Amino acid sequence: MTVATQATRTAGVSSVAEAASTAEKIRVAVPERGLRTDVRAVSIVWRRELIRFRSDRLRAITSLIQPVLFLFVLGTGLSTLVGRGMPPGVDFKTFIFPGVVAMSVLFTAIFSAGSIVWDREFGFLREMLVAPVRRSTIVIGKCLGGATIATLQGIVMLALSGLAHVPYSPGLIITLVGELLLLSFTLTAFGVMMAARIKQFQAFMALTQMLVMPLFFLSGALYPLNGLPAWLTVLTRIDPLTYVVGPMRHAVFSHLSLGPVALRRLSPSITWAGWPVPLWLSLGIVAAMGLALMGVAIAEFTRTE
Amino acid sequence: MTLDADEQPATAAAGVGGVRPRGGTVAVSVFGLTKRYGDIEAVRGIDFEIPAGETFGFLGPNGAGKSTTIKILCTLAKPTSGSAQVAGHDVVAERDAVRRNIGLVFQETTLDGYLTAEQNLRFHADLYAVPKAEVAPRIKQVLDMVGLWDRRDSLVSTYSGGMQRRLEIARGLLHAPYVLFLDEPTVGLDPQTRSSIWTYINELKSREDITIFLTTHYMDEAEHCDRIAIIDHGKIVAIDTPEALKASVGKDRVQIQTADDGAAIDELAAKFGLRAGVHEGAVTFSVNSGEQFVPRLFAELSVPIRSVSVSRPSLDDVFMSYTGTTIRDAEASGTDAMRQIVAAWRGRR
Repeated sequence: MTVATQATRTAGVSSVAEAASTAEKIRVAVPERGLRTDVRAVSIVWRRELIRFRSDRLRAITSLIQPVLFLFVLGTGLSTLVGRGMPPGVDFKTFIFPGVVAMSVLFTAIFSAGSIVWDREFGFLREMLVAPVRRSTIVIGKCLGGATIATLQGIVMLALSGLAHVPYSPGLIITLVGELLLLSFTLTAFGVMMAARIKQFQAFMALTQMLVMPLFFLSGALYPLNGLPAWLTVLTRIDPLTYVVGPMRHAVFSHLSLGPVALRRLSPSITWAGWPVPLWLSLGIVAAMGLALMGVAIAEFTRTE
Repeated sequence: MTLDADEQPATAAAGVGGVRPRGGTVAVSVFGLTKRYGDIEAVRGIDFEIPAGETFGFLGPNGAGKSTTIKILCTLAKPTSGSAQVAGHDVVAERDAVRRNIGLVFQETTLDGYLTAEQNLRFHADLYAVPKAEVAPRIKQVLDMVGLWDRRDSLVSTYSGGMQRRLEIARGLLHAPYVLFLDEPTVGLDPQTRSSIWTYINELKSREDITIFLTTHYMDEAEHCDRIAIIDHGKIVAIDTPEALKASVGKDRVQIQTADDGAAIDELAAKFGLRAGVHEGAVTFSVNSGEQFVPRLFAELSVPIRSVSVSRPSLDDVFMSYTGTTIRDAEASGTDAMRQIVAAWRGRR
């Protein structure tokens, strides 16, 4: 191409741009991006999760089966064996109840994050990614949506409190729901971060299944965290679930009338090399992890073009 | 605006940059656009402009660079070199501004089957920040346009392929975009559904003040466009109205049924200097401006004529003349090129 034609073309571009932008001013119906449009985008992504959860009752029921089995079958069965180790008047089911509720949340939160992989396979993710919104709004909406439905699932388990001899005290319920919300958010953020990298639903499910059980077993959901062998002590302190199950159990047992000795045995503080981690720090760790994981997820989705 | 019908293909392609927009507004302009995937050049320097309000078609075999171009224009891929503007905004520098002004319908479905049609549209309206007061009336309007208002509360997973495509078109229109991109809007649909989709697209052209950019590898669909660009191996080889392109290829085909074919052939040669032959059971010959020739034929031919048909060159003929191959043959090799691109892309990640 000669220099002369290039110059003509460049002149052409600017005149074209002017002409088109005047036309565009008249036409635009969609407003500029701002905080309000971002909030609206977050909200619709969140609402979609709720709509889908509501229409999928089967999933809500099936994801209750495993925690219920743990609580009533394993809990009842094992209580004949471990019953002697429990302080008088304390049921083993009561002991594992907080962990089992956390478990019900664990499955739902990660599964709901997996819907991103599902959306990718079925094309709907593209509808979200081509929209004139910040990618972060989609990730935040997803994390909040997953956190909400996982917490709802946890609340269904909380309804069974009485069967595990856990009192229905408003203060306790509010505390537990708050802790579940925090846990669900962090787990969903973790799932969303994974979903950004994993393109196949099968692979996502296989990988998360592989992670879910170790997370559950190492969290102290089924046993107290004191007096463990060193290797297991280290592993339990690495597991983020530990830092929610501990405070939840603390909440449950502080609403039972137990002696300080029994309380210390059943619901000991989480310790780092002998230093007891305060409850606020414990929950703070989980919140910080959730935000960090969500930050990574946002970065990953923003990068993908 | 149309190029001279007598121009040769090469000149027609070179003249692309000089095409002036109708009415002075331009919806899409592309200058020297290229896109490489590793060693593969998917798009090799294309230029074109689409005036506002036009329906513009990209015609070419799979792997010719159609989808890559549409991806760049929709801000889903970055050009390797060159520039493109959509609705007056640069596709790289002003990504969000472009996105606000375009509607997209992809080859593959991007609907949520677990939501109803209306929920899918509401999702879109909120994501595109359609003013709240306008959402409900606009949803009714676009669903009416594609004939799905009665099915608005059905889950999308219960829709047929054609209904899903119609819903996607409705969704693409929801935020009143300046340009609607349709990437192979009828691919994978049966012929009847394809023609019904076109009924809706033509309807929308008459109702909405919109520019449509579509890609297709169906010749008959390209006929619906105001202008088409034929793209082959990443380059535009011809760009014009379907009529002008067909005229540039040449003459009309005339077929006559006569009482005596042999005598008719002799007479055509003697009186008009035309070489005719018998094809498909009729005396067949090619002539400039077939319709104007037919009255002369009746007046001057002594052999009685039972029936006449005049056919224009098809876009198949056009494609053939510009690329030297039929679109189906090009498709076969194009698929290989596509595989190479996919392999290169995978290798890069």
